[in-house]
Amino acid sequence: MVTVCNVSFMAMFTFKMGELVTDKHVKYILSVEKRKDDFESVVMEHLRMNGAYWGLTALDLMGKLDVVDVNEVVSWVMSCQHDSGGFGGNVGHDPHILYTLSAVQVLALFDKMDLIDADKVTNYIVGLQNEDGSFSGDMWGEVDTRFSYIAICCLSIIHRLDKINVEKAVKYIISCKNMDGGFGCTPGGESHAGQIFCCVGALALTGSLDLVNKDLLGWWLCERQVKSGGLNGRPEKLPDVCYSWWVLSSLIMIDRVHWISREKLIKFILDCQDKEKGGISDRPDDAVDVFHTYFGVAGLSLLEYPGLKPIDPAYALPVDVVNRIFFKK
Amino acid sequence: MHGRPRNALKEEDTAALSAKAEKLRSLQSHFLANHHNRIYTKEALEGNAKLLENNPEWHTAWNYRKLAVESFLSDSHSDPETVKSILDEELRVVENALRKNFKSYGAWYHRKWVLSKGHSSIDKELRLLDAFQKADPRNFHAWNYRRFVAALMKRPDEDELKYTEEVIGANFSNYSAWHNRSILLSNLLKRKAEGYFPKENVLEGEFELVHNAIFTDPDDQSGWFYHLWLIDQTVKIDAPLLVSSWPSHGFNITLQGNKCLHGSGLSVINSTLPNTGTLPIILYFNQAVEGVNSSTVNVKSELLSGNLVWKPLSTNNSNNAQVWVAYLDIRNLEVQLSKTYVVEISLGHSKGIVSSSGYDYGHPSRVTFELCIQTAYTEPVEQQEGKSNSWKDDDFQKFDHLQESEPICSADQVTSEIDHIPTTSGRCEEAVVNEINQFRDLLSEIDCKIGKLTLARLLTAVDSLPSSRANNMVNTEEILQLYDDLMRLDPTHYLYYKDEHSLVLLRQITSSRDSLLPYCHYKKNAIEAFAGYVCLRLQNLSLSRMGSIENLLWVQTLDLSHNQLRSIEGLEAMQLLSCLNLSHNKLGSFTALGPLRLLKSLKVLNISYNEIGSHSIDTRRYLCSSPLSHTEEFAWDQFEIFAGSIGISAATFWEPFLIFQSLNLTELDIKGNPVADENFRSFLVKVLPTLKWLDEEDLS
Repeated sequence: MVTVCNVSFMAMFTFKMGELVTDKHVKYILSVEKRKDDFESVVMEHLRMNGAYWGLTALDLMGKLDVVDVNEVVSWVMSCQHDSGGFGGNVGHDPHILYTLSAVQVLALFDKMDLIDADKVTNYIVGLQNEDGSFSGDMWGEVDTRFSYIAICCLSIIHRLDKINVEKAVKYIISCKNMDGGFGCTPGGESHAGQIFCCVGALALTGSLDLVNKDLLGWWLCERQVKSGGLNGRPEKLPDVCYSWWVLSSLIMIDRVHWISREKLIKFILDCQDKEKGGISDRPDDAVDVFHTYFGVAGLSLLEYPGLKPIDPAYALPVDVVNRIFFKK
Repeated sequence: MHGRPRNALKEEDTAALSAKAEKLRSLQSHFLANHHNRIYTKEALEGNAKLLENNPEWHTAWNYRKLAVESFLSDSHSDPETVKSILDEELRVVENALRKNFKSYGAWYHRKWVLSKGHSSIDKELRLLDAFQKADPRNFHAWNYRRFVAALMKRPDEDELKYTEEVIGANFSNYSAWHNRSILLSNLLKRKAEGYFPKENVLEGEFELVHNAIFTDPDDQSGWFYHLWLIDQTVKIDAPLLVSSWPSHGFNITLQGNKCLHGSGLSVINSTLPNTGTLPIILYFNQAVEGVNSSTVNVKSELLSGNLVWKPLSTNNSNNAQVWVAYLDIRNLEVQLSKTYVVEISLGHSKGIVSSSGYDYGHPSRVTFELCIQTAYTEPVEQQEGKSNSWKDDDFQKFDHLQESEPICSADQVTSEIDHIPTTSGRCEEAVVNEINQFRDLLSEIDCKIGKLTLARLLTAVDSLPSSRANNMVNTEEILQLYDDLMRLDPTHYLYYKDEHSLVLLRQITSSRDSLLPYCHYKKNAIEAFAGYVCLRLQNLSLSRMGSIENLLWVQTLDLSHNQLRSIEGLEAMQLLSCLNLSHNKLGSFTALGPLRLLKSLKVLNISYNEIGSHSIDTRRYLCSSPLSHTEEFAWDQFEIFAGSIGISAATFWEPFLIFQSLNLTELDIKGNPVADENFRSFLVKVLPTLKWLDEEDLS
């Protein structure tokens, strides 16, 4: 039996790696939250709700959620809700399922679930399920398995999963399964790590992972790790920190995460930090943003990096928040 | 920001950006005001179009255009010219937005939405796509849109298949094209389109096509998965089939009631029966199926008074499972002692057993075994055991040889004794052998991982072909060597190869009675309850994964200690298991023990020296039924009271509670796990009232 490789793993492990500059990342996230007028912020205006979820979850994983003004954030979130029950990406923007999940997740982070009119949100999501089990993103009918995950995750958090046709929802997701074991946006769509997270996540939350070919998908996913240690989202693409979340969480849900090198991936993520100003970028030396900062921190959490709270791979919320949702009277 | 360098901006850039931001901000606020006031003037729409060029991902901005279009269309009195010009304007705006951002979901969807109205020319779309796809051949939005357009114009799959061939011909390194090819080809093969039947002819050509890709640059992954898919298409049997059962076909089972014989060499099942008074009948299929019940599985026997109830052995409470079990209740039977009863199980004669991909059970199968009950069943007497079960080497003795009557079955027996196993066509074997030669040639030229991995998979495939069963497993040594090489060659994926290595090793061990013999032990000086049957000792084999469980259904005592197991997935099929040693492995969580909940006979469990409690991330969390995946109810209120009464944290202990509460263990070893402190031990004693020994300590 070959043990050479294990020995080299141990050697790498003891090799001094860079460190996560937590304080700088916290400062960076807070600065993004306050900055509203530079070009970046204006371009991102439409997905501010997603931004809030990314930034706040990253803060919570780093144990610093207490630095934000809860009431300010929560009242802003609530002001994005429409009469239909759905949330917009910002005040005055149209509702969409994408922002509805982020809003619910943010409220869950702050333990403010009691502010949600669960029936109203449920009505909105139930209304988006189509005859074939798929979900539209909003009233205009774009269909994507991302929306299936969002619907299932959101309803699960507010304890209303029984209000949709879960069997049909699962069937639709399975109809998007490909020859490589992965999943696409719609039937016939190419496998993509982000899409795979959504489909595997939805199947996990509905107890349907037995329908995934774990060995085949696991091989495809573990081959996303490239020489630099980073993960790409599709074959022959560049690595990107965001896949530290999409690929890793999927590998964890199907129990195949040991098929990649943990140490190499940790090193890659740490190399993507802006060690001076904080924040994490897609690849080393690129410009940082809150999206990649969240995915970097969340990836490190999934890799059991010391000092970070563990995150749940399916709900994309800290494990203690998930426990609070399910195991509290 | 994707792909943008981190460099600090120069002063003039900052100024320019801030001017841009101000302009964008003004476009945004004008747009929102128009949207909220439903103003759809030419000016307003132009402003919106400008905004979308900078902000094509903003759903609300596209929604506004859709509202505007709907309002224009309702005013158009269906005048075809007006309708067309309204919609053409939308296509123009989308095209501009896409030129700015090729990956905008909102823009692509807007185009679909316009096209779906059915008033625009579709032919233009393919031309536009060709241009876009040349600029970015991997853009998955464009590929999705292409499939949408092809469907809308009812373009034949054959034409689209030709397109993928062109794209691949221009540059084989295009995974998206290979993917689309697999989708199109699946459709064509499925409906046996002209020129796409028989399948074997088509696959031959496809193998050649993908060889060009893999052999040109073995490190380029574009063709890897397509090739694996072709192998699978070549060897896989779609229809569900029975691959093994317990009792096996042709077996004689002698039941001794709750008395035991010491190593008498008889086929004695002496743990299951005394404990539960039932005899499990296990059906193991080649894939997960549903619909196993008394109308699809016919059981004929004088022993039977009513219908058997079949249950799926599923760790997530699904109705779909690869393994099904029914329990023959012996307790209340009026049987003639020492008489031999025949039990005949037949399935596949009527429809109803269906795979999860929708295939019907294909070939009628029959399993017949004989059952002789020598002593009547009496309620078990509480036994006072003087010492706990030992797994020490000294206490075991190897068998010199296995008697014919020993209730052991190996792969060569379980697979050969089920009726009507369909033989795969000779062409299939020919295709696999041809691939083996191709990859041997490749490896003689270049030492590459995909070459070795594919060769290992091909050799495994050829070993499992029913047609080559006579010289089964001839390639095992070579396959093991290939995986050893791969571990060295590609250390990043070390454990992937190691898992595969373990599976091959287990297949080899369980392939025949001879190969099993070195691992079969009996207990010297065993206490009565555990004497008289074989202990399978697969310890110290460096196994990182369990497999070949279909060949191990007969096992009652299993020693898997001193391996590197992270999971025991599949072990739930071993319904006879009563003693299990998993000590010194890498089990990382309680949920990893999920399969044990389905083992009703399990009494003795050793999970000492694992990693339970040392991981913050649980990789088995969603593979084990729980309230988180909506597969199990949990009486949280009751548990909270229970947890409070023994002073433990409910939120941290719900998982062990879920697992251990459904076990009937008499002995448990859990020491050497970070979680196993005094607090936890006292919790276990409360949750497991049947427990007599904990960490070798007598609890009585």
